[in-house]
Amino acid sequence: MPEPLLEIDALHVHYELRGGFARRARGRPHEVLRAVDGVDLAIAKGETLGLVGESGCGKSTLGRAIVGLASPVSGSLRFRGEPLAGGRGRAQRRRIQMVFQDPYSSLNPRMTVRQTLAELLRAHRMVPKDAIDARCRELLELVGLGPRALDAHPRQFSGGQRQRVAIARALALEPELLVADEPVSALDVSVQATVLNLLDELRAKLGLTVLLIAHNMAVVRHVSDRVAVMYLGRIVETAPTDELFTNPRHPYTRGLLTAVPRLVPGRASTSEGVAGDPPSPIDLPSGCRFHPRCPLAQEPPCSTDDPALDEGSPGHRAACHFAWRAAPPAHTPEILQETT
Amino acid sequence: MSAPLLRVEGLQVEFDLARGVLRAVDGASFEVHAGEALGIVGESGSGKTMALRALVGLLPPSASVTGGTVAIDGVDVTAAGEDARRELRGRTVSMIFQEPMTALNPVLRVGEQIAETPLVRLGLSRRAARARALELMRLVGIPDPKRRAYAYPHELSGGMRQRVMIAIALSGDPKLILCDEPTTALDVTIQDQILKLLGSLQRDLGVSLVFVSHDLAVIAQTCTRIAVMYAGQVVETGTVEAVFREPRHPYTLGLLRSVPDFDLVRAHLSSIPGSPPDLAAPPAGCRFHPRCPFVHDDCHSDPIPLIELGGGRAARCLYHELCAADARREPVIAVA
Repeated sequence: MPEPLLEIDALHVHYELRGGFARRARGRPHEVLRAVDGVDLAIAKGETLGLVGESGCGKSTLGRAIVGLASPVSGSLRFRGEPLAGGRGRAQRRRIQMVFQDPYSSLNPRMTVRQTLAELLRAHRMVPKDAIDARCRELLELVGLGPRALDAHPRQFSGGQRQRVAIARALALEPELLVADEPVSALDVSVQATVLNLLDELRAKLGLTVLLIAHNMAVVRHVSDRVAVMYLGRIVETAPTDELFTNPRHPYTRGLLTAVPRLVPGRASTSEGVAGDPPSPIDLPSGCRFHPRCPLAQEPPCSTDDPALDEGSPGHRAACHFAWRAAPPAHTPEILQETT
Repeated sequence: MSAPLLRVEGLQVEFDLARGVLRAVDGASFEVHAGEALGIVGESGSGKTMALRALVGLLPPSASVTGGTVAIDGVDVTAAGEDARRELRGRTVSMIFQEPMTALNPVLRVGEQIAETPLVRLGLSRRAARARALELMRLVGIPDPKRRAYAYPHELSGGMRQRVMIAIALSGDPKLILCDEPTTALDVTIQDQILKLLGSLQRDLGVSLVFVSHDLAVIAQTCTRIAVMYAGQVVETGTVEAVFREPRHPYTLGLLRSVPDFDLVRAHLSSIPGSPPDLAAPPAGCRFHPRCPFVHDDCHSDPIPLIELGGGRAARCLYHELCAADARREPVIAVA
């Protein structure tokens, strides 16, 4: 792998829950929600890494911890080899920026686009004072909006345009890493494509590194160079995109791919992708977290031993006791490999 | 072919707003035969949900049906009174909503909610209604129904709640179930479970489905026929297979090309330029003409009718041939 831009080591982000009155009255300890529970991941410079998983798996919390919006309880984040501590300096904050899911709530409704952008440029002293206006125009042009948008308020834009403004705001600080948390899932289908294309263009043009957090596997397949699959606070598989989609090694990844609805009529698998509901991140299963839903689970070792994220072939890691066994797994749903 | 279970002709739904009348559904026509699944696809504001709600008289207070006819199982619903419609709802027709948490009663145990129709409408005894509820819970794949019947909706996961909704929808032995984005709020693995459940109910019980969604892949997986809606109008109908292989309306073509296809990775996703029109003042002529790549002079003036194309297909486009030719030039979805 080329030089990593961001290295994440054994990262844990836990939330303490207040608990009900009865629980507190009895003096029981706080319950702890383990949103991110031991994540190891590296993001290479210039790549788009897709982070997928179901809701509640901790993918957004991981994204927020990377940007500095959530505080890890343990583990480390290193950016270009330098540790990112809890209290980040202005320069460190600037280098990792975020685009949020909902452009309706992530922009200040009372500020015009010009005010939003100019505030950032001033606070971080990105350009000399007299160049701020020109830079605002440049940023809007970069995301495909005309200068007329400068004096408009967020409410005057459509969802797709708002997301462009949100991207311009993230780019104003000339970040090296852009964390995009479900950037298109609140948008209409016909608009999603324009925002995805824009992210890809910007990555090429500005040499950005992008962490794309998404639940839509088709979107991730189109946009990412590499994919990481998350389940209950852990990364369970990472691989280059084509490899992950054609040769998934973790049973959860396989189930997830089987569950994707397909555009080609009759192409959808008839077998069920993953049975049951995900367990609660407050009360995690022992051993492998996936074992209660896993079609391959065996005793031993699945309910007792926590599998490590092992590299079985170059660049392809999977956290399953059976991922790299010679014999093909018993449960192989039909994942069709058709890429033109 | 026998008479359709559901026949909708020229359905119009209007909202009375302070700034004038907004026609959310403008002359929608479609049919569903017994045992068939029809998908209605469209983006937000296309009128798909309002068309569905109008079928059973569940429109918001400011909206009303101002034209067209809806016949369910031979009964003209639009002419019938509210009593007749209520009789229809829950018996012949039932509905599944997007958000099971808001559609279920939060203070009633789910078993009671499922037993309500058998008890009140079907006139079953308490014991028989309870047995029926447990049977329905087993049918929709709720594990340990005896215990779960005593749960309140908030104690269940999203997927289980949606299964409860489906059990309620089935409790009156309906012939037709209307589904309004039933899996949009769910995760992909749970969505997969629910779609497969709906598919098996349709096969095994012979229930017909009308399935409203913005997700083309979900429609492809569950439905045999499709109606594509744009700006309040049905712009294309046909079998899913035919429409997805060779769309005859440029909006359908644009929509299919803009969706990331799991099986066909494109270097660049295309998109539809512009945005949907304001329904209070829709463009003259074809409503899609300001965004259409095949636009001609005669698209601007007169309203375009839904043109019959044979084989159960129809498209609201004068230049549907151009659209089909474009689809043949470059495949729209992955070729099997």
